[in-house]
Amino acid sequence: MSNFPVAFIVILSIISLAGIGFYCLLATRNMIKVIIGLQLMVKGVAMAFILGGNLTGQVNLAQTMALTVIVADTIVAVMGLALAVQVRHRLGTLDIKALSTLKR
Amino acid sequence: MVYVLVAAGILVCAILAIGSKRLLVSAIWLAATSALVALMFYLLGAVQVAVIELSVGAGLVTVLFVFAINISGEEAMTLKPVMPKPLAWGSILIAVGLTIYLAIQSGGLGLVLKASTETPEILWSDRYLDVLLQIALIFSGVLGVLGLLSEGKPSAQKEDQA
Repeated sequence: MSNFPVAFIVILSIISLAGIGFYCLLATRNMIKVIIGLQLMVKGVAMAFILGGNLTGQVNLAQTMALTVIVADTIVAVMGLALAVQVRHRLGTLDIKALSTLKR
Repeated sequence: MVYVLVAAGILVCAILAIGSKRLLVSAIWLAATSALVALMFYLLGAVQVAVIELSVGAGLVTVLFVFAINISGEEAMTLKPVMPKPLAWGSILIAVGLTIYLAIQSGGLGLVLKASTETPEILWSDRYLDVLLQIALIFSGVLGVLGLLSEGKPSAQKEDQA
């Protein structure tokens, strides 16, 4: 990529996606919302891989990296949702604070 | 100009995804974010990953979210957040500041141009271990879907039998 402003715009959107996802992870108590935040963060990371590949002229290598990240992220979402559904069935709530009852 | 529009769209959709009260609406905004991210991949020249992101991120994951939300039901979450909001914003600002500082320290965006090989070649020759790992991950995803679908309570049934 020859023109710098485009890279700057993409970096801004990467940082904003990661920041919004991070905020969601820190500030919400709903398990499904937490998974949504995680998804947003990982989308930012995949975009960072692609931008890096674009800047260094190795888009294909970056694509394989991003592919791995997307697959892993999807599996994390599936496992997290399965966990959330089972927690909802057993504890009756999606509140992550309710999981602290497991300590007893 | 297109980049600015797509970046602004990603930002708005992401904020709405975490800001909306209903989980189903959040899932739809997440799908919109995913579609715009796929468009950004396409604009950056990563065509194959754009297609995969569009089909997996905007399609499969949204279906799974809607399915899980329908099974578990909407729950009004008006509880206090785990971490006070100012503290959460503060830690995000610290993280972003550190990222920018480290990026500047590392000397900016250095261009290292090398001969590029084809994506399938890299995937199946240089990174075949990753492909094996992805196969294992996909199997664990299948197990996760089984967990999503199963509604039985094995422990309770065992207690009944005893």
